[in-house]
Amino acid sequence: MIKVKNLKKSFNYKPILKGISCEFEKGKTSLIIGQTGSGKTVFLKCLLGLHPHDEGQIIFNKSNFQQMNENEKMELKSSIGTVFQGSALFDSMTIEENVMFPLRMFKNMPFDEMLDRVNLVLKRVELENSNKKMPSEASGGMQKRVAIARAIVNNPSYLFCDEPNSGLDPKTAIVIDNLIKEITEELNITTIINSHDMNSVMEIGEKIIFLKNGVLEWNGSKSNIFKTDNQAVTDFVYSSNLYKKVRKMYLDNS
Amino acid sequence: MTFLYNIGLYILMLQKMFQKPTKWRVMKDLILKDTEDTVVNSLGIISFVSFFIGGVITIQLALSTTGSFYPDYLVGYATRETIILEFAPTIISIIMAGKVGSFITSSIGSMRVTEQIDALEVMGINSINYLVFPKVIALLLYPFLISIAMFLGMLGGMVACVYGGYSTMSAFIEGIQTDFIPFHMTYAFIKSFVFAFILATVPSFHGYYMKGGALEVGKASTKSFIWTSVSIVVFNFLITQMLLG
Repeated sequence: MIKVKNLKKSFNYKPILKGISCEFEKGKTSLIIGQTGSGKTVFLKCLLGLHPHDEGQIIFNKSNFQQMNENEKMELKSSIGTVFQGSALFDSMTIEENVMFPLRMFKNMPFDEMLDRVNLVLKRVELENSNKKMPSEASGGMQKRVAIARAIVNNPSYLFCDEPNSGLDPKTAIVIDNLIKEITEELNITTIINSHDMNSVMEIGEKIIFLKNGVLEWNGSKSNIFKTDNQAVTDFVYSSNLYKKVRKMYLDNS
Repeated sequence: MTFLYNIGLYILMLQKMFQKPTKWRVMKDLILKDTEDTVVNSLGIISFVSFFIGGVITIQLALSTTGSFYPDYLVGYATRETIILEFAPTIISIIMAGKVGSFITSSIGSMRVTEQIDALEVMGINSINYLVFPKVIALLLYPFLISIAMFLGMLGGMVACVYGGYSTMSAFIEGIQTDFIPFHMTYAFIKSFVFAFILATVPSFHGYYMKGGALEVGKASTKSFIWTSVSIVVFNFLITQMLLG
C-alpha cells in the first residue's frame, strides 16, 4: 500500500502539485487520469523518487520515503517495477538481457536460474522464443510487453506504469491493460497507472484519481465515474460523443 | 553563472561516479564493451591519421631544413620531437574528442531522451557510476593508442622521408635516436592519462545532463566536442608549463 499525504512540488517557483493526498491499495489497479499539464507525470515521478518533492509524505507500507536512508531507498527501489511510456528498453541489449537486467543487478542467482525466471515471465507476457531479438526488432506492443516482463521479473511489490498503452492500436492497448490487471492480481501488488486513455479507465480502473491543475479533483471507482456530477471529470471523461452515449445508456439502465 | 553552475555540476558528477558502485559482474561486461567502443574501434582511424600526418610533418620539416648548414639527421630528430611531444598526445586527442566524444555524448543523450537513464534510476542503480565509470576505466588504455600513434607517425615520417628522397633511412633513424630524453615519453603519457579522463567525462557530462529530444542530442554532441577540445588545449598548456616549463 502507498499513502500520499499533502504532496507538493514546484518547478522554478511554479507550483505543479498543490497538496495531493490519496491512497493506493495492494492488489488493486489504480489509475491517475487528467488532462495534459495536470501534473500526472510529475506526481508519478515524485512517487518513483525521480523528482524529490517539496512538501508532504509518501509512505510505502508504513515507511516514509523521505526518512529512509540510502540503503533502505535502494531496497525499496529494487521492489518497484516500472513501465515507461516509451518502454525504455536498453537498446544495446537483447530482449532476454533486458528482462534479466534487474536479476543481474539485485540477485545473486546462477545464470541458469535467472534464465528460467526470464523464460517464465516472457511466457507470461506471451513472448516465448523472442529472447534473442533486439528491442528495435520488436513492435510497439511487443516492446511494452518486454517492459512489463522486465518490471515483474524481480517479483516487485509495486508496479508503476506511465501511459502503458500510448501509441498502441485499441486492441493491443486492451491486451496490455488486461495483462497489467491480471499480473496485479496474481502477484498481489500495488499498481499505479498514469493514463489518459478512457478505454483503460473503463477496462481496468478499480480506483481512479482525477488530477486537475495539480489538485486531486475527484477519486472513485469506474462505476462511480458514470454517476459523478463533478463537471471537470465529466468534461474530461465524456468529451467524446461515444462516451456521452455510453454514460447515458448506463444511467438509463441503472 | 551558467559556466560556474556547469563546473559545479561536473564536479558533483565526478563525485557521484565513485559512489554506490555497480555489481562487478555487470561492471566487468560494461568495461569490456566500452573498451571495444572507445579504444579498439578507434585503432583504424588513429593508425591511418598518424601514418599520413607523420609523413606530412616530415616532408614539411625536410623542405624547411634543406641546405648544407643542417645535419642529415635533423629531419628524423625534429619529427620525433614533434610527434612525441605534441602530435600523438594532443592532436590525436582532439581527433578522439570528435570520434569517441560525440559517440559517448550521443549514446548517453539518447538514453536520456528514451528514459533509459530514468529506468536505471528507478531501479535504484547509480546511473552515473553505471554509465561513466566504465568509460573512465576503458580509456585507461588510451596511452596504448597514443603509443601506436607515435610509432606509426614516425614510421610514416620515415617512409615519406626515404621514398620522397629527402634523406636516407640511416640518417632518419640516427635523428630519431639523437638526444633522446626519456622524460618526454613520461610527459606524453601523463598528458595522455589526463586527456583520457577528459575524453571519458566531459562528453558523458554533456550527454547525461542534456534536456530535450533528438535534435538536442545533436546539439549536445557538438557542444561536447567544443568543450572537450577546449579542455584538452587548456590542460595541455597547464601540464606543459608544469612539467617542461
